[in-house]
Amino acid sequence: MMTFTLWDIVRNLLLGGALTLLLSMVAFVLGGLAALALLFARIAKHRPPRGLAQIYIEIFQGTPLLLQLFTLFFGLSLLGLDVPAWLAAGVGLMLFSSAYLAEIWRGCVESVPRGQWEAGASLALTYREQMRHVILPQAMRMAIAPTVGFAVQVVKGTAVTSIIGFAELTKTGSMIANATYQPFLVYGLVAIGYFLLCYPLSWYAQRLERRLYATRTN
Amino acid sequence: MPLVRTNRLHKHFGKNHVLKGINLEVEEGEVVAIVGRSGSGKSTLLRALNGLETIDDGTIEVDGTALVAEQGDLRALRQKVGMVFQQFNLFPHLSAGQNVMLAPQIVKDTSKEEAEVIARSTLARVGLEHKFDAFPDQLSGGQQQRVAIARALAMSPKVLLCDEITSALDPELVNEVLMVVRQLASEGMTLIMVTHEMRFAREVGNKLVFMYEGRIHESGDPQTMFANPATPEFANFISSLD
Ligand SMILES: Nc1ncnc2c1ncn2[C@@H]1O[C@H](COP(=O)(O)OP(=O)(O)OP(=O)(O)O)[C@@H](O)[C@H]1O
Ligand SMILES: [Mg+2]
Repeated sequence: MMTFTLWDIVRNLLLGGALTLLLSMVAFVLGGLAALALLFARIAKHRPPRGLAQIYIEIFQGTPLLLQLFTLFFGLSLLGLDVPAWLAAGVGLMLFSSAYLAEIWRGCVESVPRGQWEAGASLALTYREQMRHVILPQAMRMAIAPTVGFAVQVVKGTAVTSIIGFAELTKTGSMIANATYQPFLVYGLVAIGYFLLCYPLSWYAQRLERRLYATRTN
Repeated sequence: MPLVRTNRLHKHFGKNHVLKGINLEVEEGEVVAIVGRSGSGKSTLLRALNGLETIDDGTIEVDGTALVAEQGDLRALRQKVGMVFQQFNLFPHLSAGQNVMLAPQIVKDTSKEEAEVIARSTLARVGLEHKFDAFPDQLSGGQQQRVAIARALAMSPKVLLCDEITSALDPELVNEVLMVVRQLASEGMTLIMVTHEMRFAREVGNKLVFMYEGRIHESGDPQTMFANPATPEFANFISSLD
């Protein structure tokens, strides 16, 4: 039987970790762009875009990520579309992220007091100008900390994509564990890998939150 | 022709008939004080005058720009009507100067340099030229309200609406804001203000409007009205004040 050195294990895990990082970033960035579109639909003046965005968001928030991935991966292949695991993983996580980010950001936009809109309106700013110059700058400040916090959820969420066979950190870990019969060591290293990816983000989110809190109370 | 004229203005909130045919005329340079009990529709009237509330029936005309129930050019109307709010509503992410510069740049395409000149001079009018770079949370309530006045003035409105602009202030800060309003009045600014400061309304106002249950119940010269209330409701109102 083949023998694995610790370096072999770590090297393979680093590769999986890189894919986890890549998948997280793609899902987060593309999901963020989609979330921006969803956000504007969700707070639009007209009912149809608001309703559609709300249905979308509720579907993705109301079902497990795992099932969303299954549906994408197996559902589409049932229709004869051969979706590779990486694509299903990327698209699935992106859709998932977009729904959550849109909802986080909507909360921030709506927490800007009504009086701010009215002050903008009374100065003859249009809805778009009020949004752009008055509301969004304030909402964005509030959004930074929860958005970074959600990035942590996305990194951890990528683990689910191992189920459909995408060889990110967790999947790589389970393959190595099976081959080496050293599950404790391997999964321990996997956990450390996630921690190294997530901790800087959590730390940064907390710092941002503290700073925001400090400026509020000053 | 009056600068501001409303004609049979009606407004409902659901079943609540809040404005029941308001006919108000304000001449250029006039200072109108609107008084009345809580819920009589004072704020709603003021908010209707710059389109913050839609109206169900009637017309509003400001310096030739007409607004007929829900139709009309809001942007044009709002450029002629400035508003100062009870809660200041300064933009917290912008400095005092930027607060004042924002609307002229966006709405009137004023250059940044020119907007800054305007901002400095309007801030000087409210006695705050030295606070140009201060952020709202670094200013006292009275100072914030004066910046809010400067912000409205920077758009050179034809008429300034003030809704209880001293009600959210600590008593010791009320005077600095009233002084600014008094100054504006003496410079010939047309003012429509809802106020609980009766003494101020009497001293500075050319015209007093008493609102009662969604109607203008009594209006006229403040001195005369206070000396000889024409209606029992107004007599009741002033006697309940002291
Ligand atoms: N946005 C709104 N939705 C529903 N009802 C409203 C709204 N704004 C005001 N009202 C109602 O309209 C009526 C008049 O309110 P308004 O604020 O104009 O009174 P006011 O004279 O300014 O009173 P106050 O002295 O307390 O400021 C009240 O009955 C109030 O409850
Ligand atoms: Mg009011």
